[in-house]
Amino acid sequence: MTEPASEQVLRVDAYPTHEVGGYRVRAGKPFPFGANVVPGGVSFSVFSDQATSMTLVLYKRGEPEPTAELEFPQEFRTGSVFAMTVFGLDHENIEYGYRADGPYDPVTGHRFDARQVLSDPYARLIAGRDVWGVEPDRSRGYQYRSRVCLQDFDWGDDTPLGIPAEDLVVYETHVRGFTRHPSSRVTAPGTFAGLREKIPYLKELGVNCIELLPVFEFDESDNPRSNPETGEKLFDYWGYNTVSFFAPKAGYAATGRYGMQGDEFRTLIKDLHAAGIEVILDVVFNHTAEGNEQGPTISFKGLDNATYYMLTPEGYYFNFSGTGNTVNCNHPVVRNYVLDCLRHWVADYHVDGFRFDLAAILGRDLDGTPLHNPPLLELLAYDPVLRHTKLIAEAWDAGGLYEVGNFPAYGRWAEWNGKYRDTVRSFLKGDPGITGDLATRIAGSPDLYSSRGTSASVNFLTAHDGFSLADLVSYNDKHNEANGEGNNDGGNDNASWNCGVEGPTDDPGVNALRTRQMKNAMAILLTSQGVPMLLSGDEVARTQQGNNNTYCQDNELSWFDWDLVDENSELLRFTREMIAFRKHHRELRSTAHPTGQLRDSLGLPDISWHGERAWQPDWSPESRLLAVARCGTGDDDVVYVAMNSHWEAHDLELPALPGGRSWHLFADTGAEAPHDIRTPGGELELENAGKYLIGPRSVVILVGRTPDAEF
Amino acid sequence: MTLNVKERRNKTGTVLVATGEINSETSGSLLQTLLPLVREGKPLRIDLTAVTYVSSAGLRTLLVVYREAQHAGVAVTLYGVSEEVRFVMSATGFLDFFSAGEAEAAAVKAAAKATAQARAAR
Repeated sequence: MTEPASEQVLRVDAYPTHEVGGYRVRAGKPFPFGANVVPGGVSFSVFSDQATSMTLVLYKRGEPEPTAELEFPQEFRTGSVFAMTVFGLDHENIEYGYRADGPYDPVTGHRFDARQVLSDPYARLIAGRDVWGVEPDRSRGYQYRSRVCLQDFDWGDDTPLGIPAEDLVVYETHVRGFTRHPSSRVTAPGTFAGLREKIPYLKELGVNCIELLPVFEFDESDNPRSNPETGEKLFDYWGYNTVSFFAPKAGYAATGRYGMQGDEFRTLIKDLHAAGIEVILDVVFNHTAEGNEQGPTISFKGLDNATYYMLTPEGYYFNFSGTGNTVNCNHPVVRNYVLDCLRHWVADYHVDGFRFDLAAILGRDLDGTPLHNPPLLELLAYDPVLRHTKLIAEAWDAGGLYEVGNFPAYGRWAEWNGKYRDTVRSFLKGDPGITGDLATRIAGSPDLYSSRGTSASVNFLTAHDGFSLADLVSYNDKHNEANGEGNNDGGNDNASWNCGVEGPTDDPGVNALRTRQMKNAMAILLTSQGVPMLLSGDEVARTQQGNNNTYCQDNELSWFDWDLVDENSELLRFTREMIAFRKHHRELRSTAHPTGQLRDSLGLPDISWHGERAWQPDWSPESRLLAVARCGTGDDDVVYVAMNSHWEAHDLELPALPGGRSWHLFADTGAEAPHDIRTPGGELELENAGKYLIGPRSVVILVGRTPDAEF
Repeated sequence: MTLNVKERRNKTGTVLVATGEINSETSGSLLQTLLPLVREGKPLRIDLTAVTYVSSAGLRTLLVVYREAQHAGVAVTLYGVSEEVRFVMSATGFLDFFSAGEAEAAAVKAAAKATAQARAAR
């Protein structure tokens, strides 16, 4: 029998040495930062380089006024770290913050204001926005309250799945939007617990990684705008304005009102892992919710403005993020902060990777200059705790830095491949002069990632930021009026095509074409080399009614409508089978870029290009037809994908196959469902072995295998 | 809010009936009551019918007791978990650790329902 939990080892530091404000205290340990439960009390540690004094402000949970203010004795300061252990605290029922005193001189970067109570940058729980959408009491002096939490979750035998990057099928989704719609029929709509109930859906779809839009605590009520058409309040729905980087968003938890969001989120991750699904977090280190000179003071601004933000020589905020401020990511202290934060999510939440919003900013120097060898990116690439996590950069920023293909990778970093998106979209709508670039993109963009391999390229056609797939084929222009910005927000360059009618229509021809275009998109995305990423809901044609920037829309424009699972089961089935097909064909997931070299065993090259005539691709500007054949090593099948964005049908001459193989039909988006796609392994052998008629704006996928090959 | 506990012993083990809230203030003494019962080595049933709220610290206390019991080879079951407490335990994953107790609770509930139906049919 083990020792019972109540019998603790005696420790010298379990006893107080001082008394401050009626509380028994002793010097705390500078590391780790934050509030940590220690024998007999809680150790608080906070950094400020220029503060002249620091005060710990304690509240009883939910009370408007502090119960105690404890100034750190001078001898509790080590370097620029203030650390104090306070004994006898009920860690579950306190909220805390800091008052930092020091110079207020914006020209030199300092904005100390001891009247403000500041959140702890390392707070692992935040109270104040406990339930989504509840209008906060803004008269309270301290809005986002740091809380203490135990890190004792029982993970059982949960271990990282370690899915090779090239085998991932990423599904980008939003915690609230995924189950908030009434049609989700989950116990707790819009929460981690709700998402957990939908794990069977994800598993059946076949994705093995979900990428969650920001889950760090943010304030959904910090958007002052209203919908000009309806007068309804608009939200900060996406959540890219982070309030606290170590705390999961309480409003995303059914148990947030009890402060149990950490356990709820961990339980979700644990169950996703059990279902074979990894979790990537979309993280935002380029800016914070504190905004510019007019923005609120929440934490960094009052603790150490000059350290945490990039400032102009006049003390104003640089704005490479487009949102007012820019985090000073390559300051040595901030680098460590980012590292600590990511380690926390990996070690204490078992997160499998991160997608970095506007990651080009992470490569800028303290004055904004792009660095050749950015220390933060290198640090993250080699960190022992993060060593096997996925690191994905959105390799551009709002300051004009565009690093797709050039992001400093250190053998680790992958990128959202914006060029893949743009090229395939253009091809789909039928633009001329695209086939050459299309070939490069679907082969894993060797022009961008020659030394990094195909898995450096995260291929996507749609993401939260932009049109959904259904809208991409239904609108020529964005329709963002509901955002209250006069339709001036959101991207204008969408490479979209409405198939003849702007918006919804009853025209069966137009609707059939739209469905076909969505299937074409899925077929190309899921047969391209690189890591495919799907936008949640695209598999069932989720619409945002032409809004390509729903950052503020907490309503049916953004939510996943689960009725579409039945209504658009044809597209869902197509997507599901395409994902399954990808899983069954290693040659689509090769990490090495194809070279065109012959595979000895088959007499076919690893990749070959074809047009109407076999072995004769048409790279002319007028060409809208391209076929690619991929051949693996050994006894693998041959996969042939013909893509026709022309409005005319074309006769395809199929390349001859070696070794008794014959062509079998897996998918033809031009065919009526259920003949549009088959189950992998159940492909139908072609009667006319050498030819196939590809319809207008269609994708055809064939498998070259022996008729009796075992699947 | 306080927590009252009463022990009831019978041939098959011990039933501990709790009334009130299990939170950081009350969980310490609950733990001190439960650990000796676990060490007795007899099956232990914790009746939560009259427990209105279990906080994060309270859930941890129950899990610690459960872990201690696992090490000691003692069966611990929860009984009478209210809908709200059950929901919180489910959403935070704690319920998964108490599967045996839940099965028993479900069986008891089903038996009670069957009894009620039998009475109604009379």
